[in-house]
Amino acid sequence: MIRFENVTKVYDQKARPALDSVSLEIDRGEFAFLVGASGSGKSTFLRLVLKEDRATSGTVHVAGQNVANISSWRVPRLRRGIGVVFQDFRLLPQKNVFANVAFAMQVIGKSRSVIRDTVPEVLKTVGLEGKEKRMPHELSGGEQQRVAIARAVVNRPGILLADEPTGNLDPTTSMGIMGVLDKINQNGTTVVMATHDDDIVNEMRKRVVELKNGKVIRDEARALYTSMMPVVGQSRRLKDASGRDETADSGGQAAREQAAREQAGEGRL
Amino acid sequence: MRLQFILGEIGGGLRRNLSMVVSVILVTFVSLTFVGAAGMLQLQINQMKGYWYDKVQVAIFLCGEGSTAAGCASGPVTAEQQDNLRTLLESPAVAQYVNDFQFESKDDAYKHFKEQFSNSPIVDSVTPDQLPASFRINMKDPEKYQIISETFSSQPGVETVIDQRQVLERLFSVMNGASLVAVIIAGVMTVCAILLIATTIRLSAFSRRRETGIMRLVGASKTVIQLPFILEGVIAAVIGAALASGTLWAVAHFFLGEYLSKQYPDTAFISPAQTLLLAPALVGLGVVLAGTSSLLTLRRYLRV
Ligand SMILES: Nc1ncnc2c1ncn2[C@@H]1O[C@H](COP(=O)(O)OP(=O)(O)OP(=O)(O)O)[C@@H](O)[C@H]1O
Ligand SMILES: [Mg+2]
Repeated sequence: MIRFENVTKVYDQKARPALDSVSLEIDRGEFAFLVGASGSGKSTFLRLVLKEDRATSGTVHVAGQNVANISSWRVPRLRRGIGVVFQDFRLLPQKNVFANVAFAMQVIGKSRSVIRDTVPEVLKTVGLEGKEKRMPHELSGGEQQRVAIARAVVNRPGILLADEPTGNLDPTTSMGIMGVLDKINQNGTTVVMATHDDDIVNEMRKRVVELKNGKVIRDEARALYTSMMPVVGQSRRLKDASGRDETADSGGQAAREQAAREQAGEGRL
Repeated sequence: MRLQFILGEIGGGLRRNLSMVVSVILVTFVSLTFVGAAGMLQLQINQMKGYWYDKVQVAIFLCGEGSTAAGCASGPVTAEQQDNLRTLLESPAVAQYVNDFQFESKDDAYKHFKEQFSNSPIVDSVTPDQLPASFRINMKDPEKYQIISETFSSQPGVETVIDQRQVLERLFSVMNGASLVAVIIAGVMTVCAILLIATTIRLSAFSRRRETGIMRLVGASKTVIQLPFILEGVIAAVIGAALASGTLWAVAHFFLGEYLSKQYPDTAFISPAQTLLLAPALVGLGVVLAGTSSLLTLRRYLRV
């Protein structure tokens, strides 16, 4: 469903690549976690799947298509096949729950009757039946994220990308969200979720892809948040992968850069 | 569904940006009014040129029933006098200055008069008898008007010889000057309009960046995302153009039709209906203006 072949993404010539020769395949119907420190390239990976950015080198295949060959006027069609959820929900504050979900169908021209039938069904899937008329500010964070998930899957995409969907939620609420994502995955949707949340990853026991400095340093099925490999072996692998020794401080630097970028580019998705 | 959605978005956008939209309307209104004023002046010049202006330079008016000029003491021009004048025009002494000439009978004169003054009530009170017959002369060199004037003024049957151009040309140069000023003002105002539309669209795109971001993510087409913004500018510009057209019509109706045409009954003025011919051009100009400036703005400020 998603296949990366030697994908490198360089944002800034002077900095190290955000993704460094990543090769990875995620099959149809799979559930995969993308873990790694801040700045390790998780969001970059998701952005390349969406063709929000183009890879500097290598190829990205989504649903059998090389995204580099998708002309700009057909990108919307690619995105209709992909649902996206973010840490900050991104609901429209003036629209109620129903309208927020319906919005995703309206803008791609779905008829009113289809919308009337589909939206309540999806709201039920995410556990929000009876809350159609609520405004976003009348919902808890967990409920808001459920609305966002409903909006992401209402057009029945084959892929659901989630970028730290539980980042703003407490552990119990997070588990509730994971239940929803798992259910969507059970229905056949491929789910890729970037996260820092070790409890969740350990609880779910799904495939884990770990990135560090833009490289894949681990790819394990039914894995835990931290590697179960012996410490000695792991540190050797890390050195090999990054090509140089990363100090703890450079990780903090990346995190600060990331925060600054997020503030500056508010309109960016 | 999609159309309804786009219309809803436009409505929302217009409401949210009301003060900006009103200023876009006013600026396009003013700029297009000046464009239209220039157009109206040109129409008016054409109207005043009448049937003969571009064809001949000199007119020899012949004596009619009530002519009081000295040369007409013996009454209206006779057929014999008319033939003599024609012979004289064809004689080598005169013909060397003349490209060609035409005879305008009273009936022709009436016909042309009716065309030119079709907007004026004066047309009903004039009969062919009141209009003089004339020879209309196309000069090889319009500057040689004096020679014709001297040769024909004293001929029997001639009421007067006039150089039509000289009478109108001064007026026309004033009107052309005014058109130019109007065009310059229109140009400046158009720049204002373009910048203002761009700013409005930018603000609008910024205030709706959440919506457009989500639209992009769920795979809305470029058209669906951009059209509401473009149409917002276009609708404002069209309203401005409509106001400008209305203003021009009002000027033609009240100022020219009711006031000036009474002050100067012997001048042909354009009709209000003629100014409405300018309306489609103004609306078209407004649409092109707003459409291109919003497209260019969106390309920079709205990622799709
Ligand atoms: N638009 C951009 N322009 C320049 N550099 C960027 C851009 N986006 C990301 N980067 C850089 O690319 C690297 C990877 O960033 P990315 O956002 O993919 O990390 P992440 O793993 O999602 O981090 P986090 O866990 O903090 O969200 C970082 O060093 C970041 O500074
Ligand atoms: Mg990220």
